[in-house]
Amino acid sequence: MHIAVLIKQVPDTDNVKLDPETGTMIREGSGTIINPLDLNALEAAVKIKSRIEEECLITTISMGPPSAEYALRESLALGADEAFLLTDRKFAGADSWATSKVISEGLKKAGNFDLILAGEKATDGETGQVGPEVAAMLNIPCSTYISGIEIEQKSVVVTRSLEDGYERQRIKFPCLLTVLSALNNPSMPTLKGKKMSRRAEITKLTAEDIDIRPEELGLKGSPTRVVKVSTPKKTRNTKMYKGSKITEGIKELFDEIKGEQII
Amino acid sequence: MKNAVLVYAEVRYGRVHPVSYELTGKARQLADKLETQVSTVIFYDELNTPPEQFFAYGADEVIIVKDDCFHHFNQEIHTNVLSAIIEKEEPQIVLTGATSSGRTVLPAVAGKVNTGLTADCTGLDIEEGTGLLLQTRPAIGGNIMATIKTPNHRPQMSTVRPKTFEVPEKEERTGIVKTFDLTDEMKATRIETLGFEPLDGANENIQEQEVIVAGGKGLKRKEGFELLERLAKLLNGGVGASRPPIEAKWIDYPHQVGLSGKVVSPRLYFAIGISGAVQHIAGMETSDIIVAINKDGDAPIFQLADYAFCGDLYNIVPMMIEAFEKGIKG
Repeated sequence: MHIAVLIKQVPDTDNVKLDPETGTMIREGSGTIINPLDLNALEAAVKIKSRIEEECLITTISMGPPSAEYALRESLALGADEAFLLTDRKFAGADSWATSKVISEGLKKAGNFDLILAGEKATDGETGQVGPEVAAMLNIPCSTYISGIEIEQKSVVVTRSLEDGYERQRIKFPCLLTVLSALNNPSMPTLKGKKMSRRAEITKLTAEDIDIRPEELGLKGSPTRVVKVSTPKKTRNTKMYKGSKITEGIKELFDEIKGEQII
Repeated sequence: MKNAVLVYAEVRYGRVHPVSYELTGKARQLADKLETQVSTVIFYDELNTPPEQFFAYGADEVIIVKDDCFHHFNQEIHTNVLSAIIEKEEPQIVLTGATSSGRTVLPAVAGKVNTGLTADCTGLDIEEGTGLLLQTRPAIGGNIMATIKTPNHRPQMSTVRPKTFEVPEKEERTGIVKTFDLTDEMKATRIETLGFEPLDGANENIQEQEVIVAGGKGLKRKEGFELLERLAKLLNGGVGASRPPIEAKWIDYPHQVGLSGKVVSPRLYFAIGISGAVQHIAGMETSDIIVAINKDGDAPIFQLADYAFCGDLYNIVPMMIEAFEKGIKG
């Protein structure tokens, strides 16, 4: 069995603080990490490998700047067998369609996969679109929001955790699954894994190595354009209640929600 | 209809998701600016309400695809059929709800028909002069709003967060009902949906609640949620949580609010013992009224709250329950 895990290197937003004046993120010194849900995807791959009898190879693949190599090294420390980095200046500025195009072509070069796993979305872009788009471009089925995986002979049975309940689906290999944090608890890298990953070779693929037309690349190849970025103004008028003022605050709150007919 | 604004409606087990009405109403506004038509497409095997009701919300045309294969959700069939309809009808805009279904089907359609897609929009408008769709979405945990357009590819597609737009007032209007026939090729699938288990009462879908009482790490123990449940019950609302209580298994995953859980937008949101990590804020900041209770006066959640109560939640929440109970009784 050959499993691919899609990895994205993202800013470490978990420890990010907000600027109280502007409400924007203070990004300095936040560093980069593997997108947290991608760690759940990788953990799922490692678990599958340890449970099935047949031989299993785990390949991680990422599109990003040369520095995304660190994220891939970490994936090797966490149990991946090999890693591919799709890196080229021409990839820069790609939206989800153009990103999916590069990743799907990269996957074709990297192997013949039975199963492709990815996080449901990344903490920076937050679109959750690349997984299903890659699957569509590879013409393989895709299931999303996965909180449970059981491997069968030629298929996988998944539990999808949806807004209003749990859905179970059986999907034939090859397929792509996007996973939620409820799926598992990612392991920490082992010392042995860390040592090994430092020496491991990461295969780099550029635009020339994959089968893609120049007009499909990066910003130029992206159907969407960001035309404006704005910082929403803080519109709330925070009223702070402390100590003896709390009773008063509760009364004001009650009057407002009663006035709004919420209560 | 060529150049229409097309809404891909969502049906789950006979029930139309309200976002389908919200988007049909928004599509009407966009179509009026563009002087074009609104088509709502709906896939189902059975339906609790007649599909013609979409006319009352602004549709000029309803495209019905009725087949037994739509009993359970199957993203592969939905993708095939919606892509085929897009190829046949050539709409200029396609909108659907940013629900688990919409966020699964529409990216696959974008990959198949090779066009752009903007996720989780919270604003839609038409650019003057060009007639292009302007799609606004929160980015980087909601701290930045990005406006995105799709200049050259068609259709221009968006998933839109439920409750972004109001369900429009019903109007007396009629329109055209069309049916779309499936081919075996469209129905061919490598996915079999085995079943669906709805959440039980305690775990009902918090995205549809008007009031959410959410707890965080500051509750310190599982039993804290019993207190929150009392407050929620009193206000006819649901219980939510930030990530730490989910990880500590104090409460189930369906209650998680935030980027790795649900994005909610109720009329009243209580953040109790929640400090306000960016990931959580992105999931609730569009709530109408935000009440925060935290013992740390510098907690980031206070910057976002309308009502900021600084103190021990185990004192304040019982005070609130008591005061509200009295108030309700009159």
